[in-house]
Amino acid sequence: MKDTAAVSSVTLTAEDFRPIPREKRKADAIVRPSVGYWADVFRRIRQDKVAIISLAIIAIITLLAIFAPMFCPYDYETNNLQAINQPPSAEHWFGTDQLGRDLWARVWTGARVSLLIGLGGAIAPQIVGIFFGGISGYFGGWVDMLIMRIIDVGVCIPELVYITLMMLLMGSGPLAIIVTIALVGWMGSARFIRGRVLQFKNREFVLAAKSQGASPMRQIFRYILPNILGQQVVSITAAIPGAIFTEAYLSFIGLGIKSPTTSWGQLAQTGSSLYRLYPYQLWIPGALISITILAFYLFGNCLRDALDPHLRD
Amino acid sequence: MGKYILRRLIISLITIWLIATCSFFLLRLLPGNPFATDQLLPTEMVEQLMDYYGLNDPLWKQYLTFMQNLLHGNFGTSLKYAGQSVNGIIAEKFPISAQLGLQAYILSLPLGILFGILAARHRGKALDYSLVGFSVLGVSVPVFIIASLLQYIFAIKLEIFPVAQWKSFWHTILPTLTLSLGSIAGRTRTMRTLMLEVISEDYVKTAKAKGLSSPQIVWRHQIRNAIIPMIPNLGMEIVGILMGSFVVEQIFAIPGIGAYFVKSVTSLDYTMTLGLTVFFGVFVVGANFIIDLIYGLVDPRIRVVK
Repeated sequence: MKDTAAVSSVTLTAEDFRPIPREKRKADAIVRPSVGYWADVFRRIRQDKVAIISLAIIAIITLLAIFAPMFCPYDYETNNLQAINQPPSAEHWFGTDQLGRDLWARVWTGARVSLLIGLGGAIAPQIVGIFFGGISGYFGGWVDMLIMRIIDVGVCIPELVYITLMMLLMGSGPLAIIVTIALVGWMGSARFIRGRVLQFKNREFVLAAKSQGASPMRQIFRYILPNILGQQVVSITAAIPGAIFTEAYLSFIGLGIKSPTTSWGQLAQTGSSLYRLYPYQLWIPGALISITILAFYLFGNCLRDALDPHLRD
Repeated sequence: MGKYILRRLIISLITIWLIATCSFFLLRLLPGNPFATDQLLPTEMVEQLMDYYGLNDPLWKQYLTFMQNLLHGNFGTSLKYAGQSVNGIIAEKFPISAQLGLQAYILSLPLGILFGILAARHRGKALDYSLVGFSVLGVSVPVFIIASLLQYIFAIKLEIFPVAQWKSFWHTILPTLTLSLGSIAGRTRTMRTLMLEVISEDYVKTAKAKGLSSPQIVWRHQIRNAIIPMIPNLGMEIVGILMGSFVVEQIFAIPGIGAYFVKSVTSLDYTMTLGLTVFFGVFVVGANFIIDLIYGLVDPRIRVVK
């Protein structure tokens, strides 16, 4: 106490102050450009070897899925009974199946279906979840109560029941699989979104928008959702392998895609019955499913780390 | 606790009722007729069959009969396997699937937890990396690939285990291993994360300051707290193992219930699909109810919050 009293009693005059030399004045200026959130995310991803490798694998597989069937001399559904069960050769790069169909064409046509389901199955439940979770969290009251009770009961129903009913109702195309995945998955994301909306809806910037007359939907979509977008991107990436998995599973047990239409799961299913004689018919689609799921899985982890450094392990 | 149990019980009952009702109406509203896909039967015979199985009655009457039978635990008669009751098929086939699932569950539960603890304890070392690598691979490779690989290596090439079928305990080893690998991988990952979370908790520091030895801290403070959030996952895993068993049964030619289920769905065997769906529903909801009770008993916070 004494010391501070002594200090404050010192009287300062103008002579005690001197201007700093001109060249030193810029010490406080911000020299480096400030790094925005998304720029930071890209920088982190670029530095991450695992992320780059898995992204490259995903890109190669996607490109092959798009272009390989276009430049293949064979069609994915034309039988050729003169050339059945041929091992991979210069003629047929991945060999042929039990009906003599070229597997290179079938594998990449199947990749289109599998990847489409992967993407659709990851995005669809998020959209439904964002909608219901947003409404539930923002409005509260009986709307919230109703949606939450529906979810309470809905999550108790085993996935298998949804799958059975949807397969019966919609047949077994890619759309039916995506709808099934959405039906099972929306509840989790709705709960999550509701929590985040509750957290943000009374923050000042939302209140400011509200006082300027923004409609509830505008408040949710324009002001609240951008704050949770990063986490949603992570959830979507994390959900892609799960959706590819589900398609492969359903097609394998015989409830999903059926020949002549094809997907990786359908190819694996056909291949598995005779894999002791023609191993390539199972291992090629099997390896592609595994590699793709692994790549998406690892990339999802890297993306999560890059978007949210707090979550790093 | 009483209120918590009651709440869970009501939700479970509503869920089961909802599963039964939705499945019933969706199946009845489907276009097509279970006998139309058969051999080309004359219309009179189809009519007679429809009458015999009560499919020509008004919908509400069919629903009442169905519900009444359900309350007595009767799932009805299969439309495709003439004269066989759904109950009979369940009684004959489900024990096989249940044994497979149970063995996989019993194997994966301690192993997954053990691997998770080991990985967390040796964080950043070779053991951690290999266990994490294993768990990443385990969740990335679909169960049918694991099944075929194990079958190829251990049964066809090395000839240690039988290739397929379900006759002795020796036959069950490969299918059980296949089915449990995925859950072991998933659980290793979860347990590792949970263990890493509790490592920096205050009570762990207190225990250390008290002078407890490292194994004692792990056993008495870390594992106990890390395991609690795992409990709800146990219910989810039952569904995973149930669904995985369909694939494993198909590959190892095990006469379980999976094949019947898939066949009933594809051949529009109404009563069979309905019966099996409701049966699986009750089974999973019941298992989850028990797990919720255990969760409530173990962690008092749950009873209050929910």
